[in-house]
Amino acid sequence: MVFAECGNPTFYCATFKRNIMAKYSIQVNGKKHEVDVLEDMPLLWVLRDVIGLKGTKFGCGKALCGACTVHLNDDAIRSCSYPISSVGDARITTIEGLSEDGDHPLQQAWEKFVVPQCGYCQTGQIMNAAALLKRNAHPSGQEIEQTMQGNLCRCGTYNRIKAAISAVAGTSSSASK
Amino acid sequence: MKIFAPFQKKKNENIATEVFSASRRDFLKVGGLLTGGLVLGVSFFSCNEKGKKIVSIAPNVYLQIGSDGKVTIVAHRSEMGQGIRTSLPLIVADELGADWNTVRIVQAEGDEKKYGNQNTDGSFSIRQFYKPMREAGAVARLLLIRAAAQRWKVPAEECDTEKGQVVHKGSGKKLNFGELVEAAKSLPVPAVSEIKLKDNSKFNMIGKETPIVDLHDIITGKAVFGIDAVTDGMKIAVIKRCPVVGGAVKSFDDTKARAIPGVIKVIAIKGPGLPATLSKPLSGVAVIAENTWAAIKARDLLEVEWDLGPNAGYDSAKQIETLKQEVTKNGTVRRKRGNFQAAKAAAKKVIDHTYVAPYLAHATLEPPAALAVVKNDSCEIWACTQNPQGAREAVAEALAFQVDKVKVNVTLLGGAFGRKSKPDFIVEAALLAKESGFPVKVQWTREDDIHHDYFHALSVQRIVATIDNQNKLSGWDHHIAYPSISATEDSAVVQPSDGELGLGATDFPYDVPAINVETHDAKAHLRIGWLRSVRNIPQAFAAATMMDEVAEARGMDPVSNALELLGEDRNITFNDELVKTTYPNYGEDIASYPWEIARMKEVIRRVAKESGWGKDLPKGSGLGFAAHKSFLTYVACVVEVMVDTNNKITIPNVYYAVDCGLAVNVDRIRSQFEGGAQFSASLALKSMITVKNGQVEQNNFDGYQIIRMPESPGQIHVHIVESTAKPTGIGEPPVPPFTPALCNAIYKATGKRIYTLPIDMNA
Repeated sequence: MVFAECGNPTFYCATFKRNIMAKYSIQVNGKKHEVDVLEDMPLLWVLRDVIGLKGTKFGCGKALCGACTVHLNDDAIRSCSYPISSVGDARITTIEGLSEDGDHPLQQAWEKFVVPQCGYCQTGQIMNAAALLKRNAHPSGQEIEQTMQGNLCRCGTYNRIKAAISAVAGTSSSASK
Repeated sequence: MKIFAPFQKKKNENIATEVFSASRRDFLKVGGLLTGGLVLGVSFFSCNEKGKKIVSIAPNVYLQIGSDGKVTIVAHRSEMGQGIRTSLPLIVADELGADWNTVRIVQAEGDEKKYGNQNTDGSFSIRQFYKPMREAGAVARLLLIRAAAQRWKVPAEECDTEKGQVVHKGSGKKLNFGELVEAAKSLPVPAVSEIKLKDNSKFNMIGKETPIVDLHDIITGKAVFGIDAVTDGMKIAVIKRCPVVGGAVKSFDDTKARAIPGVIKVIAIKGPGLPATLSKPLSGVAVIAENTWAAIKARDLLEVEWDLGPNAGYDSAKQIETLKQEVTKNGTVRRKRGNFQAAKAAAKKVIDHTYVAPYLAHATLEPPAALAVVKNDSCEIWACTQNPQGAREAVAEALAFQVDKVKVNVTLLGGAFGRKSKPDFIVEAALLAKESGFPVKVQWTREDDIHHDYFHALSVQRIVATIDNQNKLSGWDHHIAYPSISATEDSAVVQPSDGELGLGATDFPYDVPAINVETHDAKAHLRIGWLRSVRNIPQAFAAATMMDEVAEARGMDPVSNALELLGEDRNITFNDELVKTTYPNYGEDIASYPWEIARMKEVIRRVAKESGWGKDLPKGSGLGFAAHKSFLTYVACVVEVMVDTNNKITIPNVYYAVDCGLAVNVDRIRSQFEGGAQFSASLALKSMITVKNGQVEQNNFDGYQIIRMPESPGQIHVHIVESTAKPTGIGEPPVPPFTPALCNAIYKATGKRIYTLPIDMNA
């Protein structure tokens, strides 16, 4: 059957065997949440279905598109493929917690360049870019591309995404706007 | 079904407008409008050429000015990234003289009686509603001006509106809209014939750049898409669908699935068999669970025995081989001009190639999702739909409910590209909500989306071009075979429709003495649908790459070749040469929207100038050109490519010249072209669906690839021709010419011609 061949085999096989509910206390956007869920439930679905934070999006479920990107401490992770049982006491930051009122420099740049079209992938794009700038405030164009290649945009806003990140990073951009 | 006819409109009809006061109780039920204030509806009616009313069409647009002066505009088209929730309201606001910062946009539910046709498809929102939107704004402006003029006891002609106020020019007196609403309400609504539209030079927003209204919500994660819909007590459904179209569930064992904590119910869905239809769900088994993860896990543990049906042996690679043979035979003539066989017999050179393009999936980044709540005999839906009325009718039919008992709320769409005009996933939610007794959100996974799409059909084409003794292109013989969209509704259909051929095949515009377009049988084995620009994709790929070979065979530059072969400046109709049909012209009367050779030549000259066409490039680099009109918009494209010694393709620059008539929201036109180039780059370089044993072989973004940032086109330069002509489509026209321009550039850079998509440099 087609379905059995999907995705990351190690992760997927593990999920089939573990149908145990467990209680977790996780820290999201500076707030503690107690959840009682399947222990292999990806963080994405804990955020969306259990805690009700809908800004993190589901795109592929296999860490292939980046729509579900959030921060685990300071690192960008694909929450669709990160089981709740692995979160521990790490700080989780989602788009809702990135800034007070959408005023993170990247969000401001996204507004300036009017980056989004449909907008669905953009929260994941911003979270991935924010993690990049945390570890490297001035990435080169090539470094931006290398990091952002994990985030798909079907509308094709790549040029403006790159321009917006470059503007914040203070590096040159080759985008058309 | 009328809802699935994206390119059809009755001929020789014009749409006229009537604005009416809607401050009556029944109209205040319009979704999201507050009570009170001045509410205007704009209704459209079709009329004959002399302006005589033929049929009333329901009101489509509502505009409210509150006593606080705030303007609310109802957006009745679906937002999927094209910016329509911004670009239509800004037309109203500009004509009205509103303060854009205080304008509120509310999304209309799906209701034909209130809003007319809402199917957001075929790149026609701006084309169809530009003038009515302006008229709505102008009527409201005149009402407010008359109210102010009465109060000030001055002639109305001395007043104007500006940033939410009426201003008297002589005295400088000003009144906010809100202060005039009560007086304006008591005045008779002016007829459209009484209003005078603003001179274009007075526009503050039209023709300029306005950021999208949803921008802040999107970047802060507050924007609500179909997948984000929630309601109290909601459960999640994930469905295992029959892997072969036309198959059905024979039996299933849900023991393992039910062992997953959180699973509530398992319900089988009956499919339509064949034809699969453009609206009904596929046969499958649904798991309803407390959360998405439990539903996905349990769905994967279902053991289903399928009756795979007559498509179980289908192999797409074999069909391509069969069609390659078919296109060498005589087919059904669809367009005929002159005598191609005579031209071929007298030819000095004959160029003969076969072009192959694969199935494509839409792969919207938001997979289909819909929430349904069923109570007694009524149903309410929240969904990412391009076609809320089509969804409403399909749900009503599936549940055997009255249509007016079904309400469809439209969320933002996380990409659509034609996929979300089909309501199959919405019907699934409605059926499961009714059957289970819970509010149910159906969530498609990416695998579901790739396996069970309404695919862009594979195609095989053969073009024979002949060059005569005078070095002229004397003959053009285009053979076409692909499964038709129509076959999804009627399995007996094996030939392309006139509408599909009118997307870049029968409307081949070049002035060639002998033109022959023939079609061949190709059976559909999947659900075939429309994807952004539809059949223009393969038809422009074949025609515009062959034109590059024609130029080479004639020893001409491709741009000069195209300009010469377009012939004299004139308007063309194709009608005398089409067999048993007239040119569909994207649903528009050819007299109102003529095919103008001069406009096509202008965008070609413009793109040549802007791209530095003819400039010297280093070895391994090249410029390629293609021009293609679609959705009434003229586009020429030059792609610059670099191919390194490992055959790695880089696209540093893309140049577009576009004539879409009057440009409404310049930034969104540019963004659609930027995105259109990226969309076309995906299908040119990456994407392919293949089918074996009737089942799609790709599963997710690893197998079905779309372009990622490092390989995506670098700079995309969009040059918009200044025009006051009627606005035309923008969402789809960027896609068709990019791919052939890229192929032609690759030839220039490497000497390799491309006949098969996606491009494989090692083939």
